[in-house]
Amino acid sequence: MSADVELDHVTIAFGNFIAVNDASLKINNGEFFSFLGPSGCGKTTILRTVSGFLEPTKGAVRIGGRDMSGIGPNKRPTALIFQNLALFPLMTVAENIAYGLRVRGMGRTERRRKAEHLLNMIALSDQGGKMVAELSGGQKQRVAIARALAVEPQVLLLDEPLSALDLKLRQHMRNELRAIQQRVGITFIYITHDQGEALTMSDRIAVMNEGVIQQVGDAKSIYDRPATSFVASFVGENNSLIGKVVQVDGAYAQIKTQMGNVTGRNLQDIRIGESAVAFIRPEKLTQHAAANQNRLQTTVKSIAFEGNLSHVYLVGPGHRHLTMTVGRETPLPEAGADIGLHAAIDDTLILPMGKLASGETGQ
Amino acid sequence: MSRFLLPLIPVAVALIFWGMAAAERRAVGNVAHLGFFRRNGAALSVYLLGAVGLWILLLIVLPQLYMVEFSFRPRLPPSEMGGPKDAYTLANYSYLIFGRPGDPEGYNKLHLGIFLRTIVASIFVTMLNFAICYPIAFFMAKVAKGGQMRLMVLALIVPFWVNEILRAFAFRILFSSSGVFNTLLLASGLVDAPVDFLRSDIALYAGLSYAYLLLMIFPLYNAIEAMDSNQIEAARDLGAPWWHIHLFVVMPYAKPGIAAGCTMVFMLTAGALAAPQVLGGPSSLWFTQVVYNWFYQAFNWNLGAAYAFALLIACIIFVMVVLRLFKVSLGEIAR
Repeated sequence: MSADVELDHVTIAFGNFIAVNDASLKINNGEFFSFLGPSGCGKTTILRTVSGFLEPTKGAVRIGGRDMSGIGPNKRPTALIFQNLALFPLMTVAENIAYGLRVRGMGRTERRRKAEHLLNMIALSDQGGKMVAELSGGQKQRVAIARALAVEPQVLLLDEPLSALDLKLRQHMRNELRAIQQRVGITFIYITHDQGEALTMSDRIAVMNEGVIQQVGDAKSIYDRPATSFVASFVGENNSLIGKVVQVDGAYAQIKTQMGNVTGRNLQDIRIGESAVAFIRPEKLTQHAAANQNRLQTTVKSIAFEGNLSHVYLVGPGHRHLTMTVGRETPLPEAGADIGLHAAIDDTLILPMGKLASGETGQ
Repeated sequence: MSRFLLPLIPVAVALIFWGMAAAERRAVGNVAHLGFFRRNGAALSVYLLGAVGLWILLLIVLPQLYMVEFSFRPRLPPSEMGGPKDAYTLANYSYLIFGRPGDPEGYNKLHLGIFLRTIVASIFVTMLNFAICYPIAFFMAKVAKGGQMRLMVLALIVPFWVNEILRAFAFRILFSSSGVFNTLLLASGLVDAPVDFLRSDIALYAGLSYAYLLLMIFPLYNAIEAMDSNQIEAARDLGAPWWHIHLFVVMPYAKPGIAAGCTMVFMLTAGALAAPQVLGGPSSLWFTQVVYNWFYQAFNWNLGAAYAFALLIACIIFVMVVLRLFKVSLGEIAR
């Protein structure tokens, strides 16, 4: 049975507060789909609505074409992995994994067989008799996944399950989650505020902000062709220059900023006179002049050496802060030096003015 | 004069201690890390330990030991006290079991019957209490919002400002043959003649259940409140119906609280006196009433003490066995 998850004009309000505003999208069967956004953007609300703990105020959630309204979380073909895992502390690892099967009235021997199979899959085959508290963070993680998979859900929902782990383990669990998803072949819906997680694991990503889905697409298209200024500033590092559109020429537009006129690709059909933002990725800035480039005059403030690459922090007219990321082989400028930066107009993106992710140098 | 000054002494002592604590806070700041003796100084430490020790010894241990001692001695007229007949004996305890020496029955049917009935009825009352309190405690811990919660706590606590005896009499009025319940039942046509709630002990069980309600609710509330609500949601998400969640997720977690509440309610119910005196049916006695009668009707303190200890020991053994059965340690209850 197909387990497409479809949000059909879903609005979720708590009193006057609209947590999710008219969200529509379709998640395909077997897809690893992520909702990415800052905290409070409504992504967890969407997850709780798909799992059945919340009902949409307007619109409908459909799983496998079936309207889920009025169907409780215990009756849906979904399983949720909580942010804090919510394992049962008084049950052994095996009992935790088999809980959903026990609820379904499966016999003891059958339960044990299945639990053992799942313990094998998460490489904890000899730990079934342990209490949950005796496990490490990563092991608990895997037990939570096994407990959810035991009930053979068609959709697995994950609510920032890696956020409690340390960095190394988190990176390891990314690969593991992806591998598990490919092995079991069911739909994974993953909630995160960590763009690294979303970009590396997902088939597709929905970027959200303030209850609105900003863009849906695969990692590449979200990074290279952000649809809104929020996506451009939230996903990956980006330099932003604010200005007014002074010229539109086919697929390109030119805006007037404090650092001079900047030309870039015009993907959103922007018009002359509108407020707009030019985005240039730090790795697209160079000191080499070539044809069809924007030129920005700046002063080097400081340099952060990170081994394989270096970040050069610069400041331009109007106290605009910029970052340039260069590889190992590029000679680094001196701090305090005045340098001209170049970026190809094809690597520059002009987007309509909108909310920028906080912490960015937008304002 | 001293009659008026005496009550002022505790107030003065409390004020002195309060002043000392305030002075210490100002001088040292947080003192939680200091040891007991370092913090209080040798003299005050010795005084505090001595005072508390004396308190426990004089007011709790000694009187009880006195009663234990009493229970092992025969009741004698003052002239024979200290005489040859004044020796330790188990006669008081054997009276409870075998009755008067030479009794044709062979055992004390009446008192053993009351003894057993008291224990069994206390178990029943405890279970009834749990059944009433668990949903309330769960609602307070996991469902109620701030304002609702405060209102519920008030509604639970305020009635207990009323004196225990007065509360028992209020129940008596509710359940009497011309009381509120009977009036309602008669008016609704459900019964033709008033129901005798008092003779059937319904009033007694209701009164006893209500008397120790708080001692059940608050341990339960504490235990359930400490539980991560996500566990309930996780169980629900894994397909569990509500009863399964309560039985296999919430209750095992709240087990120490359940044990604490049930133990207290059971002990206090078995030892209750006011409610059975006022609400008990005319033909059925609570064991504490027998004890009371030995002390104040028969003036046989020795026998009364033996009866009281027999009840206490039986209750303790019963509680220990139940705790063992449910694998709860005393330490967990005290948590």
